[in-house]
Amino acid sequence: MPRGATERQIGIRQSRSRSSIRHTAPAAARQNIERQRKVVRSGNRLEKQAAAEIRLLVEYCSLTPSSPFHYRGYQTSSYPERKWSTIIPSIGGLEVKKAGRIGLGENRMVRLKGPARKMKRHWQLYLLVLLPLAYIVIFKYIPMYGAQIAFRDFSPVRGFTGSEWVGLKNFSDFFNSPNFWLLIKNTLIISVYSLLIVFPAPIILALALNEIRNARFKKTVQMVTFAPYFISTVVMVSMIILFLSPRLGFVDSIVKFLGMESINFMGIPDFFSSIFVWSNVWQGIGYGAVIYLAALAGVNPDLYEAAKVDGASRFQKVLHIDIPGIMPAAIILLILNVGQIMNVGFEKIYLMQNPLNTSTSEVISTYVYKIGLLGANFSFSAAVDLFNSVINLILLLAVNYFARRISDNSLW
Amino acid sequence: MNKPVAVKESMGDKLFLFLVYAFLLFILIIVLYPLIYIVSSSFSSPQAVISGRVWLFPVEPSLAGYKAIFSNPQILTGYANSLFYTFFGVLINVSMTVMLAYPLSKSTFLGRNFIMVILVITMMFSGGLIPYYLTVKMLGILDTRWAMLLPGALAVWQVIIARTFFQSTIPKELGEAAELDGCSDFGFLWRIVLPLSKPILAVLVLLYAVGHWNAYFDALIFLKSQELFPLQIILRNILILNSIDASMMVDANQMAAMQGLRDLLKFSLIVVATVPVLAIYPFVQKYFVQGIMIGSLKG
Repeated sequence: MPRGATERQIGIRQSRSRSSIRHTAPAAARQNIERQRKVVRSGNRLEKQAAAEIRLLVEYCSLTPSSPFHYRGYQTSSYPERKWSTIIPSIGGLEVKKAGRIGLGENRMVRLKGPARKMKRHWQLYLLVLLPLAYIVIFKYIPMYGAQIAFRDFSPVRGFTGSEWVGLKNFSDFFNSPNFWLLIKNTLIISVYSLLIVFPAPIILALALNEIRNARFKKTVQMVTFAPYFISTVVMVSMIILFLSPRLGFVDSIVKFLGMESINFMGIPDFFSSIFVWSNVWQGIGYGAVIYLAALAGVNPDLYEAAKVDGASRFQKVLHIDIPGIMPAAIILLILNVGQIMNVGFEKIYLMQNPLNTSTSEVISTYVYKIGLLGANFSFSAAVDLFNSVINLILLLAVNYFARRISDNSLW
Repeated sequence: MNKPVAVKESMGDKLFLFLVYAFLLFILIIVLYPLIYIVSSSFSSPQAVISGRVWLFPVEPSLAGYKAIFSNPQILTGYANSLFYTFFGVLINVSMTVMLAYPLSKSTFLGRNFIMVILVITMMFSGGLIPYYLTVKMLGILDTRWAMLLPGALAVWQVIIARTFFQSTIPKELGEAAELDGCSDFGFLWRIVLPLSKPILAVLVLLYAVGHWNAYFDALIFLKSQELFPLQIILRNILILNSIDASMMVDANQMAAMQGLRDLLKFSLIVVATVPVLAIYPFVQKYFVQGIMIGSLKG
């Protein structure tokens, strides 16, 4: 290798001042720089800044057209060993895009690529997404489109759009049916009851667990309370039925031990919502607590130190440090819960129903299933379901709005 | 990590701590007792179960309930079907989730915001049960094994968990370096992203597997053929609807023992149906907690 060449290379690398670079820039690049100057004169401040930075970039690139190198998704020519951000600290995605619009794209040396070219380079990513997107469209959006049968008199032969349009008839049928208020009442009782009990229970468990310093006891409680999460709904309901049965269950033994008559709990309508809600607490408390425990682990330990110095009691620490610490997580989950308030788990309620308790156990979702699928009354039950979904959506939006106004914590 | 406590705990604090321990002990017993009761009953004799003599430990230990289960063709088919649905379902679920979540985690992926909006909408609003059923019907997969695999091929929530994981644990520089070296997107996903994402894969597998194993609703509305029923439907028939057909009882002539055996069978069935999911839980617990945290706090 000739000595001169190496020296020259070293020389170039060392002379990074702008003037020396400009001398060596080829004519095409220089032309471009001139064009940029015009833009700088006419454009606003942002464009000026962008143009200035791009000018530097152009000068740099025209100096050393080396192997292709990607910077922020844009293919450029540059020193691969040096990041642009170290040369031009303030350069960012926005400015580069701006400059591209100004007309630098024609420059052969700096090939700022358009969206189409970027897609072509990453075609594999778009290929990956196709199948899942097809799934989303087929199993989520086609049913959404099909929800219009709520406004039609659906016949299976004619399909979603071919059936006769009947407007709001199905809805008015539902509102005028004798079941309407009963369904709304049952659904609301069960869901509000759940929200009041099932929602705060894991918070209390997490706060209590957080007080425990004995790691082994803490872990045991956590493991055990988590386990029921894995029990399926069918098994859960059959456990409830077994335990509460007047003949077999241990609950009955306790009742007898207390000197009372055997009670057929599942047959008494008034007990239904309590059985449903408290068994949900039993099954979900450990799972729900995990989230809050994570939030509590993230609380700044300095706060506890400070509280100790100030002489706060344990209970005061819980009240003034722990609870504010889990508030953001709690509010997000509360919003999500309220958004589901009309969706009281179909699976469990349906399994828990028996002829004796339907007066309090019939809720909207079970009604939809019975009327729609078992009774093949598609349009009517689709209308009931749609009504339910819309109420949920409105509640979700409303709660999110209030949460944002009051506490700065919201989904969006 | 306990630092020596300089200030002595006050009476109030001690009392508070005592109450906390008492409360947790109470919860522990409340949660644990029904589980122990089920297991103990399942290992007891039929007579002990119906006379209510089982309190804590098995009384007159026997395996009668389990013998009845494993000689019942219906339950065995259900078990095999559930294993089938769970295995292939999870396979489909996890690949679909990664296929969607990985591109969404790339900031260079065009249209990721649009796709996210599409996904989030499905979480807040759905067409409802009837159009869902009709869609599956129109696809012609009603009462086939596909009806158990395809309609639930993807859960949006899991996609968001996985996307958050990819975004926060796979450094962007890694992708850039791989691209420089001429690695394709497929290659990068397969050789670098997936090996680095074992925790999230474990979480996905567990979440989906539990979902498939425990699901009965899709089977309830989509399946009619007995031989396709998963275990949960069979459980429902036996445990809740109480419909045990004659073929169920091996010793049909032992009429006296039948009622007892029928009750015992329920306890044994509950154990047999729950053990598979419960058994894998301790092994993946660490990842599982991690996964819930990723999904809930950052998602």
